[in-house]
Amino acid sequence: MNENLKNVQAETVQSEESHGGEYILEVEHLKKYFPLKKSLTGKVQVYVHAVEDVSFKLKRGSVLGIVGESGCGKTTMGRTLLKLYDITDGKVYFNGEDITHYSKSQMRKLRPQLQVIFQDPYSSLSPRMTVGEIIGEAVLQHKIVPKNEIRDYVVKVMESCGLRPYYYNRYPHEFSGGQRQRICIARAVALNPQLIVCDEPVSALDVSVQAQIINLLKNLQEQHGLSYIFISHDLSVVKHISNEVGVMYLGSMVEKGPTDKIFDEPLHPYTKALLSAVPVPDPRSKMNRIILKGDIPSPANPPSGCKFHTRCDHCMEICKTVSPEFIERGEGHFVACHLYDEEQKDIEKEQG
Amino acid sequence: MPRLNTDFIQMIKYVIKRLALSVLILLGVSLIIYALIRIQPGLDFVEKKYQAQLQQDSTGQVAELVKQIQATYGLDTNIFAGYLKWLSNILQGNFGDSFQLSVPTGEVTYIEIIGPDGNPILTPKYETTSNVVSIIFAKSGVSFIIALIATVLEFIIAIPLGIVSATKQYGVVDYTVTVLAMMGISLPSFFLGALLLKVFSVELGWFPYSGLTDPNSGLPVIIDQAWHLVLPILVLTMLSVGGLMRYTRTNMLEVMNSDYIRTARAKGLSEHSVIYKHAFRNTLIPLATLFAGILPSLFGGAMITEQVFSIDGIGKAAYTAVVNGDVPFVMAYCMFLSILTVIGTLLSDIMYAIVDPRVKLS
Repeated sequence: MNENLKNVQAETVQSEESHGGEYILEVEHLKKYFPLKKSLTGKVQVYVHAVEDVSFKLKRGSVLGIVGESGCGKTTMGRTLLKLYDITDGKVYFNGEDITHYSKSQMRKLRPQLQVIFQDPYSSLSPRMTVGEIIGEAVLQHKIVPKNEIRDYVVKVMESCGLRPYYYNRYPHEFSGGQRQRICIARAVALNPQLIVCDEPVSALDVSVQAQIINLLKNLQEQHGLSYIFISHDLSVVKHISNEVGVMYLGSMVEKGPTDKIFDEPLHPYTKALLSAVPVPDPRSKMNRIILKGDIPSPANPPSGCKFHTRCDHCMEICKTVSPEFIERGEGHFVACHLYDEEQKDIEKEQG
Repeated sequence: MPRLNTDFIQMIKYVIKRLALSVLILLGVSLIIYALIRIQPGLDFVEKKYQAQLQQDSTGQVAELVKQIQATYGLDTNIFAGYLKWLSNILQGNFGDSFQLSVPTGEVTYIEIIGPDGNPILTPKYETTSNVVSIIFAKSGVSFIIALIATVLEFIIAIPLGIVSATKQYGVVDYTVTVLAMMGISLPSFFLGALLLKVFSVELGWFPYSGLTDPNSGLPVIIDQAWHLVLPILVLTMLSVGGLMRYTRTNMLEVMNSDYIRTARAKGLSEHSVIYKHAFRNTLIPLATLFAGILPSLFGGAMITEQVFSIDGIGKAAYTAVVNGDVPFVMAYCMFLSILTVIGTLLSDIMYAIVDPRVKLS
């Protein structure tokens, strides 16, 4: 008992030492399960494994793109690491600080630094508040600027996000989707955040407007030195804005690495299939599409071993039983796949 | 601000248009009500009233009188001719006299009566009127007071309960409140009224059985009346709280699950501002529609409850009028309710535009 406690303490001390520094956000073995079915006694029998064992580190001032098909847990992961959902298991460090067990009031104080932009700009703005109120409300509550300067401050932020000052007293329904998303961005930026989780910020918008919003996000990032977690299912958008890309499948991260590495030399078969689906604007080019077999399995009952084995072209015996580890294969390039086990063994042999 | 100004002019135009439309609606409503009253059986109130005199009527004078009264109200012709007769009277501002009810006008005249000792005595005679408009105004006062208190209590109790039960969904409070609300919605007023009378008046003797005042109570009039009104108000409140509470809860839940509440949480606002500033403000929008029904319920009286507690309000008057086929009174009462409903609906639409910036009246 005592020994266990000591071990835990030792671990905490160790982990505290190794966190922070150049990393703004570190996520370790993050898990989020939702109860799906309860027995009569109220005990949960079936869980949806929405996020299963996701780990990554985000450098200050950089952008991590998260891609994956619908229902793979991208959004849930983003919301869980902001603690908008309770964390089932794992740890989240923000600026080296373990925020996993932060209370609601502690989180509230931290919120201005950790902002979020949601997918749907139509429903994420309260219809009964004016634009000025929406942007200024949290500024006032967190005392970002003195009370009498709030109006000027809000107008300044609005202008930096491409909104005219006279929009101040208008209501959200008077705006188009792109303008509404600018309001959402202004609302987040007004709090002087360090990290913004952009949860599919452009997928509800027109393609012509998407580019404007992406460029706005990029400019703001450069101006304020922001870090983004950029969740999207649009690979070209992610390629444009991210320094690093993480690929998710069925709640787990299967590959993560620098953007050009992921796009030029994808390792995981799922990433390869995903990238092969990107249309090439040349009618003569023959596309080598990798068509995945079958449907995405249910996250309530995920496959054993490697979760992708049911749809993988390169499935081996080991894939069906043993879950592959998330191991670094190149500089900053992580992948969870048994295909590279042999390679790893060779390297180990050489080194040995 | 020029923008506000044009909005205001728009609203005035809208109200005028709606009021003009209301006249047409009221015409249709009045035709339907008149037809419904005329086709009900046993419509011989005038004859019943003069039954005794008719039997002793040798000269035919009383029969003549009865015919006259029926002709005045168009009761001797068919429904349509009778309706036109009624309508022409209304347009001349004559709503007619009730066949059975009368209220004191407040005027007193003194007449001389020869006393038993042979000397004349001045006796006061309280003037009464059967004019239906006067009756409605005289009788709706007490009903209004009861309904007003009950409505205020209803809102004070139901809205906070609805909010609490939505924010603590499926908790102990939620289930308790829901069960009580369901009981309130399901119980008929005559049952609940009779039950309360049995328990608190008959068994415990805490409250009076009926009426509005008791000259023998020895209490100041106001307190005496308040004491008489406790049970009826309790019945009306208990019956109405459930519905409003469920309505608030449902709307609140819907709002609490919306994306902008998640945004509010992500802003790092306190739970108090999330619930009361963001969620409740948006719950007010559907609540504004309730204003459509509030005017008739405030002034229209509670038929059954007033009957159970023998309160001499407009509800009880309407009840007896309907039972006895008192055409002029029922027509006037129903028109009164219709006008209140039409105005109430208009008010609720205006309220809607005030609480929901997305709605423009035009």
